[in-house]
Amino acid sequence: MNCNVTAAWRASRRGAYMANPCFTQIHPTCIPQSGDYQSKLTLMSESLRNDGRVWVPKSQEDAKAIREGKKTGNDIKEENRDYFLERRYPAFGNLVPRDVASRAAKVACDEGLGVAPTGLAVFLDFQDAIMRYGKSKAHSMGLHNPGDSKIRELGEQVVEEKYGNLFEMYEKITGENPYKLPMKIYPAVHYTMGGLWVDYNLETNIPGLFAIGECNFSDHGANRLGASALMQGLADGYFVLPYTIGQFLSQEIRTPKFDPDAKEFLDTEKDTRERLERMVNVKGNQSVESFHRRLGKIMWDYCGMSRNADGLKKARKMIQELREEFYRDVFVPGAINDYNPELEKAQRVADFFELGELMVVDALDRNESCGGHFREEYQSEEGEALRNDEDYAYVSAWEYKGWDEDPVLHKEELVFENVELKTRSYK
Amino acid sequence: MKLTLKIWRQKGPKEKGRFETYKVEANPHMSFLEMLDVLNEELIAKKEEPVTFEHDCREGICGTCSLVINGQPHGPNKGTATCQLHMRHYKDGDIIVIEPYRAAAFPVLKDLAVDRSAFDRIIQAGGYVSVNTGAAQDGNAIPIEKEQAARSFDAAACIGCGACVAACPNASAMLFVSAKVSHLALLPQGKVEARRRALAMVKQMDAEGFGMCSNVTACEVECPKEISVTNIARLNREYLSSAVASETKV
Repeated sequence: MNCNVTAAWRASRRGAYMANPCFTQIHPTCIPQSGDYQSKLTLMSESLRNDGRVWVPKSQEDAKAIREGKKTGNDIKEENRDYFLERRYPAFGNLVPRDVASRAAKVACDEGLGVAPTGLAVFLDFQDAIMRYGKSKAHSMGLHNPGDSKIRELGEQVVEEKYGNLFEMYEKITGENPYKLPMKIYPAVHYTMGGLWVDYNLETNIPGLFAIGECNFSDHGANRLGASALMQGLADGYFVLPYTIGQFLSQEIRTPKFDPDAKEFLDTEKDTRERLERMVNVKGNQSVESFHRRLGKIMWDYCGMSRNADGLKKARKMIQELREEFYRDVFVPGAINDYNPELEKAQRVADFFELGELMVVDALDRNESCGGHFREEYQSEEGEALRNDEDYAYVSAWEYKGWDEDPVLHKEELVFENVELKTRSYK
Repeated sequence: MKLTLKIWRQKGPKEKGRFETYKVEANPHMSFLEMLDVLNEELIAKKEEPVTFEHDCREGICGTCSLVINGQPHGPNKGTATCQLHMRHYKDGDIIVIEPYRAAAFPVLKDLAVDRSAFDRIIQAGGYVSVNTGAAQDGNAIPIEKEQAARSFDAAACIGCGACVAACPNASAMLFVSAKVSHLALLPQGKVEARRRALAMVKQMDAEGFGMCSNVTACEVECPKEISVTNIARLNREYLSSAVASETKV
């Protein structure tokens, strides 16, 4: 909860544009859900897909037996496994981009081939990598005719050197040993490519309000690449802002000091106090957490890995109703002047309602499939994303108009001067 | 599994605290913090105040979660933060005592949450390097041997959670400070401020009211990132050399 949209959303409520909110990255290699109490689906590094092979059983019977604990992944013979990424995308195999890998896992689970008790997991298997590394290690050590168990032992050492910390993390959480049993993974929400709209100087449409790093929309387009969020923070902070913010500050050098008793400050303070009091005074019957979970479920079901117009319309209505219910029936214990984590959480969730609705609105506007936004209506016969560059080659920058009013769309056309806009094929 | 929790409740920094007993039904797959979430949801349903505890990333990298569980900071497992501790390590009927970190420099804010901003002030005193903005430096221009980089990396793994302080009978912060000093002292980028860093950070550490190190090494045992006490030896060396070489008064 400490990582949230509040600062950016507050800016947006004061007039800064929120850009591309529908582009959501779903990460394929997360630890699957095990129960309703779970606070997060821990992400494991993408590097695992360098050596791990993603598969599900070919038959629903095998998948069912695994779900019920009657079989493990190791009991499924090679010919009864479907390495679906390698099959569907022979050129890139297990290294297809995150959105493609995530959707393929969803398709497999939707077909009843999921391997966790919830039905929502696929295997990420290192057995081949272990044996391959083991053989080459044995060879480089000059071992002739090493047995399978020696090869496995050496291979496990190599894999441990490369991924030891990730394997340890997996074992801590799931209690299963990934050196012996294939890992179970499932996609989970990871990153929003969208954020505050900024120009090339990283200034928002509000003069003097600069937004750098993950909170802006500027670098990732519709689908971010691995490790690029860190890169963005460094690049914006080291290489861009030092050269651009000075331009703005040079104009401000004669601006007198602000009076903290100015009307704007007092109004904002009053505003904030009223917002806090409103929440504590509802004194309803449902916890903040329960609203957060219900909102999350709506977003995941209707604005997650794949979306469609009907679902999005329904989701918008559900979010509005849930928000009303929140202000009618939420229970926030404690007082506003105490150290009160529940009150803080209530503030965050209140912002999530508004951002969530904007994500849905943006997803409805974008009638194409592009990067982290997959609309079921816009796909090829083979189920691949269909972009529409003719009509949607723009950044959508949304202007907030009030919590019960429709936001206004501003379009920044994408103009390509040195490269041609093309669709990449992973086949 | 049914558990009995004895949890430290304290309304505010100046209030008197006490242990309260709660019963909770946990599932072995839950993490320790998720078990506390379940308890809090039950308390909220009864219109009672939930237990305040700190948490954020819940995957052992942010250093926000704390808790002393049955006398051990971050619980019984080695190299594990509280958020990475799962209930499968407990059994039905267990009684678990949960307290905040106890140290004069970490005053209790509420229940299990303590104020660890003393660590921030120690970092502000010297735990940084000065870097010019502008064109990026060529990575090959600053060669660092692998072992040296690995030692620095191991020290940099410190997440600043404060378990070392909670584990130490003197409430000393030496493991934390030594990890931060070592991380920078081992790399060429850290050389610019090296002469004053150790002096300034130790001075701040003393001002915050942390105790002295008497080589108990409980800190290393409880550290969720398994930071080695050899860093403390390096800190002492850095401190001595900066005491001799520092050109500015710290």
